[in-house]
Amino acid sequence: MVSVSVSQRITSDDQLARLLQIGIVLEEVVEARAHHHYQSLDAELDAEIEALLAGAAEESAEHRERLESLIEGLGVDSVPFDEIESLVDARYGRTQPDDFDGVLYDQLCNEETAYKFYDDLIGAIEASDAEFSVDRETLLETLETIREEEAEGVSEVTEVMERR
Amino acid sequence: MNTADQYLKTIYVVQQQEDGPASTGSIADALDVSPASANEMIGKLEARGLAEHEKYKGVRLTDDGIVRARDALQTYCIIERFLANVLGVEEFRAEARELEAVIDDTVADRLDTIIDRQPECPDCFDPETDACACLEVATAPVEPEQ
Repeated sequence: MVSVSVSQRITSDDQLARLLQIGIVLEEVVEARAHHHYQSLDAELDAEIEALLAGAAEESAEHRERLESLIEGLGVDSVPFDEIESLVDARYGRTQPDDFDGVLYDQLCNEETAYKFYDDLIGAIEASDAEFSVDRETLLETLETIREEEAEGVSEVTEVMERR
Repeated sequence: MNTADQYLKTIYVVQQQEDGPASTGSIADALDVSPASANEMIGKLEARGLAEHEKYKGVRLTDDGIVRARDALQTYCIIERFLANVLGVEEFRAEARELEAVIDDTVADRLDTIIDRQPECPDCFDPETDACACLEVATAPVEPEQ
């Protein structure tokens, strides 16, 4: 077995860029799934869930753009949305929720996962003394804002779930 | 994946390779840490009921430890598959090792929704190649039959 490192720090631009790419993919998954839910349930979709999903897709697209501009600064390519969408398409039949509760629960998992991801990423950047090619303050501010919006997303979905 | 889970995964794999208890030395080598650090963490895993350490023999995971180790190995497998098949990373093993500490299971579960993992996972993990045996990595195109 090859040896591994148990370090939880980020030590290079490449590693940071890869993690930001993973963030982009997570946002793309949210966007693609929200879009599918939106379409698959459109005949009977209620206005509140429709607005929630539309808002989630829009927010993910914005987060994706912010992450893209960070990884551009690191000189790395983004991940094409079309490819992620077709992967989600290919796998979707097996994971598709079949009612509103399922849709809301899926959305809650998306927001919670994204929050956890950004929280761990921020922790790992803070624990690192590496010099990145992007400004550290801008990097952390951007990620903290996104994390905050994910936390708001969790509260928003929870509130709708509790009310229904 | 936290440090404890990385240890559990490593002990599980070393136990399989050694076909018996995992020696502290092998665990420390596999994790690239000092035997003293390995001993300290093994003590913590023991206190949590996840492993049993027998002097001169080595470490054996308890049933609870095995469950967590297999989950951790699955998470690792998801990261490798994701890097290789979605992002097309050639050095997916090295990168998976770098990233596993920062990727939580909940995040891996979400990434799992876009990769095609086999139902036998993580039994398909091959410690020799440090990769899932059914991982489709880019290979030379097969010549069409004439």
